[in-house]
Amino acid sequence: MAEIPQLLVHDHDDNVGVVVIEDLKAGTDMLVCVTHDNSTFRLTSNMDVPIGHKVALKDLKTGDTAMKYGEDIGKIIADIKKGDHVHTHNCKTKRW
Amino acid sequence: MTSDPSTRTINAWRRENGRVGVRNHVLILPVDDISNAACEAVANNVKGTMAIPHAYGRLQFGEDLELHFRTIIGIGANPNVAAVVVIGIEPEWTKVIVDGIAKTGKPVEGFSIEQKGDFETIRQAGWTAKEYVHWATELQKEECGLTELWVSTKCGESDTTTGLSSCPTVGNMYDKLLPHGLYGCFGETSEITGAEHICEKRAANPEAAEKFMKIWKAYSEDVIFAHQTDDLSDSQPTKGNILGGLTTIEEKALGNLEKIGRTSQYIDAIGPAETPSKGPGLYFMDSSSAAAECVTLMAAGGYVVHTFPTGQGNVVGNPIVPVIKISGNPRTLRTMSEHIDVDVTGVLTREMTIDQAGNALIEMIARTANGRFTAAEALGHREFSMTKLYRSA
Repeated sequence: MAEIPQLLVHDHDDNVGVVVIEDLKAGTDMLVCVTHDNSTFRLTSNMDVPIGHKVALKDLKTGDTAMKYGEDIGKIIADIKKGDHVHTHNCKTKRW
Repeated sequence: MTSDPSTRTINAWRRENGRVGVRNHVLILPVDDISNAACEAVANNVKGTMAIPHAYGRLQFGEDLELHFRTIIGIGANPNVAAVVVIGIEPEWTKVIVDGIAKTGKPVEGFSIEQKGDFETIRQAGWTAKEYVHWATELQKEECGLTELWVSTKCGESDTTTGLSSCPTVGNMYDKLLPHGLYGCFGETSEITGAEHICEKRAANPEAAEKFMKIWKAYSEDVIFAHQTDDLSDSQPTKGNILGGLTTIEEKALGNLEKIGRTSQYIDAIGPAETPSKGPGLYFMDSSSAAAECVTLMAAGGYVVHTFPTGQGNVVGNPIVPVIKISGNPRTLRTMSEHIDVDVTGVLTREMTIDQAGNALIEMIARTANGRFTAAEALGHREFSMTKLYRSA
């Protein structure tokens, strides 16, 4: 891949991806790669997001399920815009 | 490297019981905490030996004592160890350890301190230790199959990059080597929480699945729910995990399970520090998710090389088992590369496939088995941490 992706997504069912570069700035037109089949698309980050942290691939509402690895990784606990940072402030395990 | 791992060979030590070891330690092994000083004195007097002090071994009872004995015996019995001098405060428990290690056929002798004192014990044990060093240093390596190795895994300071790169690298290695006779081992009972239903399905037979679920449920009930203060969100994911971007225990567990690859299935679920008994293949070991404890338990189970994916940068090592660190996090490679043996940052930039990363790890396992010091060995990381099940008497 000539251009290095800024965001990786495990599976097509996922609604979050992982920032894989340092110092990602708000407004970056990111190359997103789905590792399952190396397919790509573009997404603009709304915020500065640290490496390893997640970005929403679409608008998510409170009560929605966060999907990664094609699996349920928790519930959305605050409305999220496509391109927003997703972490403990807006996503939580359903377990307790 | 040879593309076919089934014919790949390494130069290593074949022990009396047929097992293959990749290091040739002469251990000075304390039965209990109060024998540490004598062991360290012997190791100081006799070069080429290593004492591995630890914190426990007195007034333990029941299952906790059994685990202590199993761990100490397992470390002495490990094929990376050529010979063992055992020192304990009293003769009976010392003999339990000596007899357990002696089953491997390797040289082992026990010394007890009571009615003798440290000076006399150190003098007597020193003579034996010196004989063992002369003997062990003349042992010759021989050609052994790469897949004769027992290779364990546990990840630490995980983040989202481990699930994308370093954990699937280990998984790819297992998918390639397990079908050719390798013994594998994964564990971390608490960190499977969130993906236990997926782990249950990765059993090769219903008995293994049932044993795994029994271990996992017992852990959840006896440990998590018995001791939780609020919820587990404060410790799983850990603060380091959360800084690295992991949000929930499910997300962490799914990344963790990437270590067993796409096709590998575990054939048995075993207790902590237990030696696998169902032949070659992958085993789940009931174990703590704390790095040093987990690596110690797997070393006691007989594993001779450990593969350790890390995201944020865990620095753990083990006294007798080389711990190979794998990381795909470019920040970690930039800030603490002295701890990393296999750089898989290329997986994140899509310049390296998981297949290539798996091959790079297999190559590093072979080089390590042939004698290359891991980063943890070069930096002197010898964490030997016993798992304790409950308070001593």
